[in-house]
Amino acid sequence: MATVVIPTPLRKFTNQTAKLQISADTVGGIIEELTRNFPDLKKHLLDDQGKVRSFVNIFAGDEDIRDLQQEKTAVEESTIISIVPAIAGGISF
Amino acid sequence: MIVFQNIPAAQMLEHARRIFPDECCGFLYGTETADGTRNVLEIAEVDNSKEGDKRRRFEISAKDYLRAERQAVEKDLLLLGIYHSHPNHPAIPSEHDRIAAQPYFSYIIISVMEGETDHVRSWRLGEDARFTEEKLSPIHFHQSI
Repeated sequence: MATVVIPTPLRKFTNQTAKLQISADTVGGIIEELTRNFPDLKKHLLDDQGKVRSFVNIFAGDEDIRDLQQEKTAVEESTIISIVPAIAGGISF
Repeated sequence: MIVFQNIPAAQMLEHARRIFPDECCGFLYGTETADGTRNVLEIAEVDNSKEGDKRRRFEISAKDYLRAERQAVEKDLLLLGIYHSHPNHPAIPSEHDRIAAQPYFSYIIISVMEGETDHVRSWRLGEDARFTEEKLSPIHFHQSI
């Protein structure tokens, strides 16, 4: 079980819910359960290969899961998982 | 439609002029009425964390984004979107803007030509992953803060 914080732009896909309690042992399991419950979230979180999109960051507590064990990062009951959209852009790449 | 109060509009434009020739960026806070009209009541400047050429790119760090979400809760306002500037370019989203764009958010782009704010437009990402222009209330370009 962990608490998942949904960012403002994705709340329209979670019935405007900002925080959810989800049971899973890993971040990957949390994402799987989340997208099963809210299928419209999937294309905003995952790419065609089922990996977290490059413009989405997942934090476990204060740590980006890319600096931990990625989707295999273990979660505990007290873990807060934050979905953080990467905000970027500009005139050119 | 998105409506700016005078003070946040003036603050946003001043930020864009001050940071020129780099791209500025920041958050929009406000309310949304039942008919979908957005009212921007406050803006918050944020550092352009992009490494390298900030005259052509901007990036907001994850930590600054998380802080902005927390501040929206504290202010009891909605995080309505993002603003950024296009130095010496029109206020039209680039492909870079489109690929990184999030649903729901209003994307305000400020065109700054040779240091002077030239025009402002607002954009929203559609279901087809393309930007559609959002009607923007008239902004006073020389309102004092």
